[in-house]
Amino acid sequence: MTSLETLISLLPTLMKGLVVTLEVFLLGSVVAAVLAFIAGLMRLSKFRIVRFLAAFYVEFFRGTSLLIQLFWIFYVLPFFGLDLSALTAGVLALGLNYGAYGSEVVRSAILSVPRGQTEAAIALNMSPVLRFRRIILPQAWPLMIPPFGNLFIELLKGTSLVSLITLSDLTFQAMSLRTTVSKLEIPIFALLLIIYFVIAYAVTLVMRALEKKATVGRA
Amino acid sequence: MALPKVLSRSEDTRKQRTQLIKKTQEGLKVGPNQRSAETTPVVRYRGVKKSFGEVEVLKGIDLDIMPGEKVAVIGPSGSGKTTLARLLMTLERPSGGIIEVEGEPLYHKRVGEGLVPADERHIARVRSKIGMVFQHFNLFPHRTVLQNVTEAPIHVKKMPRRLAEEKARAMLEKVGLIEHIDKYPGQLSGGQKQRVAIARALVMEPKIMLFDEPTSALDPELVGEVLAVIKEIAEKGDMAMMLITHEMQFAREVADRVLFTDGGKIVEQGTPEEIFEHPKSERLQAFLARFRNGFGGGSQ
Amino acid sequence: MSDIWNWQTAADVFWKLIKVVPVTLEATFLGFALAAVLGLVWALMRRSRFRPVSVLSYWLIEFVRSTPLLVQLFFLYLALPRFPVFVIGVTGLGLHYSAYLAEVYRGGIEAVSQGQWEAARALNFSPLKTWTRIILPQAIPPIIPVMGNYLIVLFKETPLLFAINVVEMMSVAKKFGSHTFQYTEAYTIVGVLFFLMSYPSSLLVRWAEQRMALKQ
Repeated sequence: MTSLETLISLLPTLMKGLVVTLEVFLLGSVVAAVLAFIAGLMRLSKFRIVRFLAAFYVEFFRGTSLLIQLFWIFYVLPFFGLDLSALTAGVLALGLNYGAYGSEVVRSAILSVPRGQTEAAIALNMSPVLRFRRIILPQAWPLMIPPFGNLFIELLKGTSLVSLITLSDLTFQAMSLRTTVSKLEIPIFALLLIIYFVIAYAVTLVMRALEKKATVGRA
Repeated sequence: MALPKVLSRSEDTRKQRTQLIKKTQEGLKVGPNQRSAETTPVVRYRGVKKSFGEVEVLKGIDLDIMPGEKVAVIGPSGSGKTTLARLLMTLERPSGGIIEVEGEPLYHKRVGEGLVPADERHIARVRSKIGMVFQHFNLFPHRTVLQNVTEAPIHVKKMPRRLAEEKARAMLEKVGLIEHIDKYPGQLSGGQKQRVAIARALVMEPKIMLFDEPTSALDPELVGEVLAVIKEIAEKGDMAMMLITHEMQFAREVADRVLFTDGGKIVEQGTPEEIFEHPKSERLQAFLARFRNGFGGGSQ
Repeated sequence: MSDIWNWQTAADVFWKLIKVVPVTLEATFLGFALAAVLGLVWALMRRSRFRPVSVLSYWLIEFVRSTPLLVQLFFLYLALPRFPVFVIGVTGLGLHYSAYLAEVYRGGIEAVSQGQWEAARALNFSPLKTWTRIILPQAIPPIIPVMGNYLIVLFKETPLLFAINVVEMMSVAKKFGSHTFQYTEAYTIVGVLFFLMSYPSSLLVRWAEQRMALKQ
């Protein structure tokens, strides 16, 4: 077999890893987005204690490394009786970490909606919930999309760390192939980089489409 | 551009209303317990104060505005005239005093003889009688012209969509924007935006409408179309108005009563003629002199 | 609690970790220095009027930014078998963050007003002098806080170096954990140490950012 044929014969294994990577990526993104909204809104609360709790979460997860958080959740939590699967631990760590960064995106987007919008909504006697849902959020949302796009790409890159907690994602599969076909290790890793790049590019395209949709009609 | 036709108001109706207002104001002096539908002011300020930190912007305001009355508020920048409207619209909370809307306290609830601070629900209910037009329009950029006007009727008043749209169209017709209903605010001129904002506030059918320097942010050539619309509403409607403005000529034409505020107080008030022709206080005389010399006009 | 957390173990691991703090810091600063230099190169290439150069720089930045640092480290590790792992680690960190810093430089350069270029031309400055005497001295000070942020981000990524066998804090903690099964102490102390170093730095950067914002 030529090198190229060998490389192609390795593709199915890499594809298995791709499925895991995408799974971790999508689940992690959902957790991150939800946490970003919760913490972002909490940081805008009237109540000091609520703001403080959110700030604590954000500072804590932004202050330490993703890898340490991941290891802590996977290796230390079991000592406290919380035995999580590698998948759950990976999704949780990614979600918590990028949710903390995302909360800043949510917060600053909401703050950048002009004060006059809230005032106009009050003058029309809208309730706080209605004001948020129909006036503030639809204007903050398009501002959130580009930074969220960057964040999702960071999260995608972060998924490679789950290979270090035994989850058989793309990076993990590449590592294991490396030992079986050692003469092709450099092409395998080059291919691996390209695969990540393609996924990231797809994410960028999706986010661009979302942005276009969110700003339709507005001049 | 289809400008609304401006009807010139007959002096008769104006005099009639001024008389009615004077009568009701006299009626009020009989005593606060003798309220009747006719004599209850639509808005009443009693000892209203407002401070921002150390700065006291309003130093005890007493003011009654009668149903249908058009009150213009003039005065130098920082005299507290905008705050007067913002307190009524609940965009700022007063530091002291009581504001009533149709006899009902806005920020308080009556408990027996006394007053206790009201909850948000009470405030929202009373607030529904007030509308406001802002200096910077504050249109919703993510909604079309029509949606800007139907937003509150549908979602606040729970009006059926079709009815809300019908009313909105009628209102937009009135302000001369019927051919722009599917545009977004970003595609309109400043004057058109402000007319949408007026329609948006009108469709909620408030008892009193606050105009906070509605033409100050406009290019000079667009001021006329907005003033024309406000004037038409003033002439047709039985809605009360509080008109904060730097347009002296306009205040004179439209208002039943003019208030001059300075240093957080109402310094002088009276008919347009009294205020503009026979100003009593020195401060008002100085203020008007500056306008005549062309220094005081324009926006802040 | 006592079987979960042992203070003696914590102290042991703490002293082991402290010993390799210099490795982490060296990797951080060397990596950042490399990123700062390479980033400027990419940013200048990006502005090149010779299209292949600017296009190459664009895709290079995009590619490096959208692929995982961990995989990049593995790749360099395999591609440069003769290099010490520390050098590979520093190269990987530097290359990865050069892509981010290139964008930061670009923002700074674009913020310098067009008039400055025209003035430099009017005064007959050479292109090199225009860059070194006029443009960069104005473009760089405002972006220093942002670069500071990336320095902290890079610092927090250094634990990844354990994956290519650099002896830094994470690898010491992992080794300690697998020898003693005292993972709790090991990973907790690593986390605390990182937080204690990164959080005050981030407060410093925020302070610098606010000062910078006030100046403008």
